[in-house]
Amino acid sequence: MFLSTLFLGLVLGGTYALLALGLSLQYGIARIMNLAYGEFMLLACFAVTMMFTSWGLGPLWGLLVVVPLGYALGWIIHSVMMRPLIKRSGGGGRLEVDTILATFGLLFVVQGLMLVTFGSDFTSYSYLDRGIGILGTTIAANRLIAFVVSLALGFGLYAVLIRTRWGRALRAVALAPGSAYLVGIDVNKLGRQGFALGGALAAAGGALVSMFQTFSATDGVVFTMKALIVVIMGGVGNILGALIAGLLLGLAETFVAAFIDPGLTMAATYTMFLAVLLWRPTGLFGKAGG
Amino acid sequence: MMYILSALGLAALAVLPMVFGDYGTGMLVGLAGYVTLATSWAMFSGPTRYISLATVAFFGVGAYTVAVLNEVLPYPLVLLAAAGIGATMALLVGLSTLRLAGIYFVIFTFGLAELVRQLITWFEVNVTGTLGRYIFLDLEAKHIYWQLLALGAATLALSAWIRRSRLGLALRVIGDDETVAAHSGINLARTKLVLFVASSTIITLVGAIQAPRWVYVEPSIVFNPTVSFLTVIMALLGGATRLWGPLCGAVPLFLLFEWLSARFPDHFSILLGLMFMAVVYALPDGVLAALERFRHRGKEGNGTSAPKPAKEANA
Repeated sequence: MFLSTLFLGLVLGGTYALLALGLSLQYGIARIMNLAYGEFMLLACFAVTMMFTSWGLGPLWGLLVVVPLGYALGWIIHSVMMRPLIKRSGGGGRLEVDTILATFGLLFVVQGLMLVTFGSDFTSYSYLDRGIGILGTTIAANRLIAFVVSLALGFGLYAVLIRTRWGRALRAVALAPGSAYLVGIDVNKLGRQGFALGGALAAAGGALVSMFQTFSATDGVVFTMKALIVVIMGGVGNILGALIAGLLLGLAETFVAAFIDPGLTMAATYTMFLAVLLWRPTGLFGKAGG
Repeated sequence: MMYILSALGLAALAVLPMVFGDYGTGMLVGLAGYVTLATSWAMFSGPTRYISLATVAFFGVGAYTVAVLNEVLPYPLVLLAAAGIGATMALLVGLSTLRLAGIYFVIFTFGLAELVRQLITWFEVNVTGTLGRYIFLDLEAKHIYWQLLALGAATLALSAWIRRSRLGLALRVIGDDETVAAHSGINLARTKLVLFVASSTIITLVGAIQAPRWVYVEPSIVFNPTVSFLTVIMALLGGATRLWGPLCGAVPLFLLFEWLSARFPDHFSILLGLMFMAVVYALPDGVLAALERFRHRGKEGNGTSAPKPAKEANA
């Protein structure tokens, strides 16, 4: 019981970490708090489900389709919706408020579109839903695959951000947007790329979550909230922090659901969030860094 | 003179249920409710720019308190209890988030309604064993309207008073620049907390007063996120930093939303979202500010619109 809960928690946490990474990139690099993040994740869920049920295209192939689409959608939203707000704010503190409000509106638009298109029922599909034995317990193959892919994507991204020139430029924008263009970095372009990259990760997270969880068109808020909590816990812009915080959140949720009450998972999430806010508001791992 | 005019205006509003029929009075209840919600929301979020997305968390708690207590306590005490619970909740939320940067507050309030809804659902299912409660109170629509009218007037009066007091000045300084505010000796956390508690208590009361309109109450009914959404957009449309702004936004938008939700029930949330974005993009400071700017421009011939952004973050 304990061991299987531990595995379930880690597996769930891996996906949360991936989701949170995307939000962290959008907020850290593009300085945009995207409240519609969960909605974009759900779009990917629905897209992958449709591809699987109507074309028989497996979710891992679906992943290859939705990730570029997520990047493109993020790119478009940044250039069409966010650009005017960035221009208007002139780099001031107003941007945060404006983008929160704009994405709050976007949340309702996307949610409404999904409700009209897919209805409000819970959706799921069955893919590789058979157990695999690990250390004496069994775990569904689809969850395990989702976990491995999440971690691969997460660490891949980490490597890109740390090792490549592009990654270094992205981190520079996150660290000091005011000075980054003094060294020849196109802050606006990289902000857009950061936001689009976040969109791609949202899509990846959505595709992976849909493999093992039921979802409905109104779930976006909950996913955004979880991603936000992970970002705060890990520290804004801290990639490894987000990975660890995501795993922690997944563990906490699974253990509360297994040993206390499934109805209290959100309360557990919030309690963790509150504890972090009271104890270490800058995140569990200190100040925002790379 | 001001007072006489306000009293006359209030009296005129109070007799409206006699003029309109039952349907009209039902509309008046909704209208008075949203005017009060938007005004009290703007009381805190307007000057501080701390966007609270938790209106419905407090509103729902108020309504649910009435649903739980309406057969146990006399009505005035029920309202008092609702106000007390709302204030306590606001105090807890405020104490944990208002010391930090605004973004933490926004995030916390973003999920608060969902959290409270799930907690109440869990409690009802597991502890009391019932989901859904009935409210049997001998209150007609017009009684509810009068209560809301009184609360709305009190809210406006309180807002007006705060604007003139030291508290309001402190709040505006905080909204402009927190560092400057701290250096001029303003106790940031306490000022924000006082306002947040006041504003949330009023919101809780609106929920409590409106609750008898439902008769049957369950968490998914009273914690409807649309309420938070409408409150924010109404206050923003009118201008959240002005005394009369939220009212000017609430009246037209409420009527428009009534019409839209009857006409396009399936696409309501899409239309809402689009309208929300339109307000954020086209009228960032609200319609009153836009009108003022327009008048100014007409008078002086040249534009005195918002100062141009000093620089842009790219070349």
